Order: sequence, then C-alpha cells, then structure tokens
Amino acid sequence: MSKITNILVCGVGGQGVMTATEILAEAAISLGFDVKKTEVAGMSQRGGVVTSHLRFGDAVLSPQIAPGEADLLIGFESAEALRWSHMLRPDGVALVNSGRIVPPVVNLGLFDYPEDPVAQMRALGLTVHAFDASSLAIQLGNIRLGNTVMLGACADRLPFPAEVLRDAVLARFGTRKPQLVEANRGAFEAGRRAVGGEALAA
Amino acid sequence: MPVTQTVPAAARMFLSGNDAVARAVWEAGTRVAAAYPGTPSTEILEILSRHSGLHTEWSVNEKVSMEVALGASMVGARAFCAMKHVGLNVASDALMTMTVTGTEGGLVIAVADDVGMSSSQNEQDSRYWGRFAHVPVLEPADSQEAYAMTLAAFELSERLKSPVILRLTTRICHVKGVVHTGERIEIEPKGFVKDPRHWVMVPGNAKPRLPSMFEREAAARAEAEVTPLNFQVERSDRRIGFVTSGPTFMHVREAFPDAPVFKLGLSCPPPLESLRRFAATVDTVLVVEETEPLLETEMKAAGIACHGKDVLPRIGELAPDVLEPAVRRLRGEVVPEPEHVPAQQVFPRPPTMCVACPHLGVYYTLSQMRNVIISGDIGCYTLGAGHPWNALDTCISMGASMGTALGMDKGRGKVDENKKVVAVIGDSTFMHMGMQGLLDITWNRGNVTVLLLDNRAVGMTGGQDNPGTGRDIHGAETTRVDFAKLCEALGVKKERIHVLDPYELPVLFKALREETKIEEPSVIITNRPCVLIDHYQPAKSYTVEEDRCTGCGNCVEVGCPAIHVTRRDKVIKASGKEVDLSFVRIETSACTGCGLCVQPCAPAAIVHADPVQNVQSVQFVRK
Repeated sequence: MSKITNILVCGVGGQGVMTATEILAEAAISLGFDVKKTEVAGMSQRGGVVTSHLRFGDAVLSPQIAPGEADLLIGFESAEALRWSHMLRPDGVALVNSGRIVPPVVNLGLFDYPEDPVAQMRALGLTVHAFDASSLAIQLGNIRLGNTVMLGACADRLPFPAEVLRDAVLARFGTRKPQLVEANRGAFEAGRRAVGGEALAA
Repeated sequence: MPVTQTVPAAARMFLSGNDAVARAVWEAGTRVAAAYPGTPSTEILEILSRHSGLHTEWSVNEKVSMEVALGASMVGARAFCAMKHVGLNVASDALMTMTVTGTEGGLVIAVADDVGMSSSQNEQDSRYWGRFAHVPVLEPADSQEAYAMTLAAFELSERLKSPVILRLTTRICHVKGVVHTGERIEIEPKGFVKDPRHWVMVPGNAKPRLPSMFEREAAARAEAEVTPLNFQVERSDRRIGFVTSGPTFMHVREAFPDAPVFKLGLSCPPPLESLRRFAATVDTVLVVEETEPLLETEMKAAGIACHGKDVLPRIGELAPDVLEPAVRRLRGEVVPEPEHVPAQQVFPRPPTMCVACPHLGVYYTLSQMRNVIISGDIGCYTLGAGHPWNALDTCISMGASMGTALGMDKGRGKVDENKKVVAVIGDSTFMHMGMQGLLDITWNRGNVTVLLLDNRAVGMTGGQDNPGTGRDIHGAETTRVDFAKLCEALGVKKERIHVLDPYELPVLFKALREETKIEEPSVIITNRPCVLIDHYQPAKSYTVEEDRCTGCGNCVEVGCPAIHVTRRDKVIKASGKEVDLSFVRIETSACTGCGLCVQPCAPAAIVHADPVQNVQSVQFVRK
C-alpha cells in the first residue's frame, strides 16, 4: 500500500481549525488524491478542544489518525499542541502557534496553564517549529488571518508544492471577497517565512 | 418557499456523510424531508433545505418529523426524516405502529448514533430498533456508501413496503470523503388510497397485519444473503476473520490489511448463512460492531462461534488504535510498547458559554441563590452545570426539566422542605417536549419556578429556527409562538408570568426571589437572542481601569470568556480571614458590551473602552 499522509490540526473552537483543514483537503483533492477528513464538531463554537484529521494518498480507509501516526501536527494554540503531541510520529514535525488562549477554568484558578508548552514538547524529543502566529496575524491587520498564517507555515512540509496550497487558500476568497485575497496572500507568505519555509524551498 | 441554490451537477464531490445522504435523498426524487436538529445529524436537513423540488422542514420534535414523513409516504411520495439516536426514542411510538401499516412511497429514516459521545447525554445503539420494529437497517462505512445506501434504502423500502433505517454514526456524518454523485429523478406520487384496514390501526385492523412484519423480515433476510451491500474481502491471513458493520469496516481494513473481512451493509436482518460459510473459512471470527453485541449475539444464537465484546470495548469507537492491541491479545501476542511520546497532562478545556451569552446572567443569578434545586434540560444552558456557576443539578432528556422538577416538588421530604425548585429550559426544548411537562405542573398544582430561556434559536446545534423565531427552515416568515400567551394557556396565572431582560441582573434576581417564594407555578421568560445568530447586535465594548480594580473577582463569577485574570494575590482581612484576590483585564476586542460584568463590580472599575478597538478577535492572550 502506498504512503498515506496524515495531518492533525488542533486548536480551540472559533479559531478556524476546521476551515484550515478543509483548505488542506481541497489542495489534496485538486491533485487527484483520495482524501478523508474527520473531526468532532459538536461543540466547536463553544471554546472547546477541536481537532481535525486529514489523510490523503492513493486510497484512504479509516478517516482517523492513530496516536503516533501524524506526519504533521499543526497546533493553532500552544497548550493544544502539547495536548495532542502524542499523535505525532517520532520523526514527525509540529508547527505551533505559540499564542495562548486561556480558558475560564484557568482564570478561575482551578488549573494551571503549562509554563512553556513548546519547550515541553521539545523536551520530549519532538521537532517543533513555533512562532506567535496570533500576534503576526494582528500585525497583519486581523486575528482571523491566523489560520492562513498557519497554513503558510506548513506549506513547505507537504508532499506537494506550497503553491498548490496557496492557490487553494486564495480560491476561498477569490470568488466572494476579492479584497481578502491580498491580505491572505501576505499572511500565507508571512507564515512560510516565520518557519524558514521559503529558504528551505529555495 | 424553497430558497433554491445551484445544485452541483453529477460529479466527483468532497462530501461529509451528512452531505452525501442529503444529496441522495434529493436525487431519489423525495418530496418531503423533515427533522429536528441534533448532533451529529443536523446538517442533513440544512443541506436538503437548499435544494429545490421538495418540501423540507424543521419539525418541533423527531416524532412529528417521522409522522410528517409517514403522511407523505401514505400519499405515495418518497419521504425522509433524520434524527440523532435519542430522537428515535422520541419518534419510536410512530415507528412501532408504522411497521404494522407499512409504507407506500419509499420512506427512509436516517438515525445518527453519537458513538464516542461528542455531544449527547448518552450512547446507544439504534440498530436495536431494526430488530424491535422488524425493519431493515443499512449501515454505510463512509460518505460514498452513505450516498449509495440512501438510494438503495428508498428502493428497498418500496419493494418491501417498509420503512428502512439508515444507521449513521458521528464518524460517518462528520467525515468528508470523495463521492461520485448522480442526478435527481422525479417521481409522481400515486395518490392516497382510502383503506382503513391498511391505515386505521385499531385492533381489528392491526391484528391481521401483524404477520406482514415477519413476512417482510423473511424477505429482507433472503435479500441480505444475496445483496451486493454485503460482501466478503478475500485475504490470505486466515487466523482471524472479521465481521464488520458501519465504519468499523474501514478501521479493520486499515489495521489488518491482510485479514479476510465480511462486510455488512444490510446488517439487519443479518445474512446468517453467508456468515456461517465465512466462519468456516477462517480459524477465528471476531465481530467488530459499534456499540452493542447485536450481531455477535445473533451469530452465537445461530451456532456460529465468534468473539466480540469479550475482547473489544462495549463503549466508544473501535478505531485502529483500539482494535490492534485487542486483536494481539486475542492471538496471544504481546502488545508492544508504543514508540510515540505518551499523552501529556494538560488542563481540561470544556466548552464554555460565549462572550455576552444571555445565559450568563441567568446562571450568575442562580449561582448567587441559596437553597435551590435546579432541574436542567438539554441545550447550551446545560453548560450552567460547569464552572464558575455550578448552577444546574440535573440533565436527562429533552423537556425532562419540567417533570423532574414536579417530581422533586411532590416527593421531597423534611430535609428539602425549605428548598426552592427551579426548572431551566430553552425555547426550542420547551416546544420539543417541555410544554407537556409544564401543563403537568399546572394541572397537578406543582410548586415550580420555570426559567424559560428564549434566545430565539436552537443554539447548541448552530442556531436553527424554531416556532419561537417566526421563521421556517428557509428563513422565511411564518407564525411565531408567543411564549407568555402559551404559558398562560397552559394554566400559569398571568401575574406569575414575567418577560425579562437577562442582562438586567437586579430585575432577574428580584423576580426569581419573589417567584420562588410564592407556592404556585410561575414562568420567567428571558428575551435576549443568542449571540451567534445573525440578528444579534453587539454594543460598545468594555475595559478594566487597572488602578481601580480591587481584585474582588466578582466579575470572574459571571463566567464570561472575555474576562482574564492577570494577577492573583491574598490579603488577611481585619477579621483574620484570608481572602483570594483576582485582578482582571477584559479582552476588549472580544467584548460585545453586554454589561453583565459591570453590575457586580463594586469599585466601578469596568468602563467603556474608548476608542473601541477595531481588531476583530477571539479571546487571545499574548505571551
């Protein structure tokens, strides 16, 4: 059986995890791959934990990525990336937004937020590329660009050219909101640069 | 007035199971489709409502949706209803007699089991209904099969004159895959044929029809032995042969690519002779089914030796990471230690209420009351059981807050005699199954204060319309329920009914205190809309003046996710008591200015942010 690519995207309800995964899926479909994507969406708008599994290759059977099987872990929030770090293959790569979303249970003093989730992941021996995608998105003018920034960050670690993913991102806005195309193009490239993607590609 | 959008022509599409079912229902020439929203089935009707050529509706509950579908079938039209697993419990009264009448136009019931419990109050196996009602059950394993089996279900329904259950699970409904689709066919209904012996189920008419259930079951069983929906995957490793139904087929094929598999699509009634032949070709049979041991029990009863729930869990999903160690143990092998990093302990992140949710005011108020028992219900407001409010004491089934409150009132002993019984229910849940409970409270002179949280939406499932919004599934205007008049008609005295703004905490507190003192039924209706629906109007946002914040933490008790603690401290009061302090900031870009946190802030440290920040944000905190 040929190689299946497994990508796990995780974050917090409202961050655009499911949309980002949908765009990754569209890029894979545009190349003719068989694709399956799954998530638990029941309470996604309520600030709960959200994960989205994407698998593509010649023929995909189970839609779920098993623990230790993700080639890429895309963490939209740093504690969430830590929470799902066991899903990563020992030789996999994590791309992590070091921005934090502190839940009410932490504000109430019932639980502590981990001191440095990214350092904790590295201490486990994982390969982690982390940067503050939230701040970067705000600098670019809108926190909602955060998921495009994260897609840019993973673009040079896919089994297909970064341009395919970029075109899938831009196609989302091209038809309905042309004014957002340039903002998203910038956010995508900023995400690539933040993890040294362009340099690697060149 | 169907709002028609362009429906993509026959093509290779990327569809969820729900999308795929909707597409096939439309293609099948269905004229009527009805549902009540419920995770994970909700999207089926949402998608269908965008198609033309059929009547789609949100029904007030699942039983009505099934009866609407049956009525359409009676006049000869193809009909469809969809629900989550607990919805079929509600609709089962109709199902259990519909199986005696049989159907005319093809009738398909999609029922979505929340295996793994992403958003439900229980986990149950709807395949039982196939056995109970003697109707066929089809179980797709992915989106393509969900599409194909929906079409097959209509055809089977018309051939057997029986409703057909299409059994989905969360891992079918919410998984997207590539689907090859077709085009819609149009079918003109044959028309209603008056025939009391067929449709009027009194004993004299129903009794002669009972054998038809078993004749049909026999026909379905014969069908199951030959249908291409049931097939065998031949493979060389014959140590274990797997029997699968539903999504477990994909998990088994993933985990054990070299093992033979018997794949059930038409799983009820099961093709026992085919399964017997399959069993003879392998050393051991393992039945992999979610969630109850139905096939396993039926196979054992037929004398086919097999393993099942003796080695596999009886709850939750049977994904490859669950199957692999179980099968290794069955083979007598050692389960190797995983090579990946172990799961890390991270704080829980339960779903929370939204910034400025009108329920925040209700739960803040309830959390400040002493000696109340709060009977809860199903919706976003069930989150009131969590932190910081801890102000919801029960959650059972749709509308149960009414009956359980009355039962608590009538059953209480001395230990509870000074407690107030309050029931909390949302607008849609009230109309689904709560109204009857309120009628029972008034009729039987219960002493219950009902909080009817009218946020003009079915909030938890994504803000669908209901009879209280005055809009139908297409967003078109229709009759709108007046909750105050409805409660009055159900027997609540007019002076015991209050319509209040849940953002006005003193008003809410006063009404609750007064109504819980009066020993007769009362209803407090809150009237602010869900913040996630289009009609919500945000107001000017707030900020905290840092030097005025005394760290009292009152605002934190409101539970709004836009309020963040920046610093903690402790002080010793004059009385010698140690007090925890929580200094706060408001994520102004997320705040929509509801003003709830302003009210309990003693030092008046919460003020309007000026100028209003333009950055759109969810509640991010920068390091």
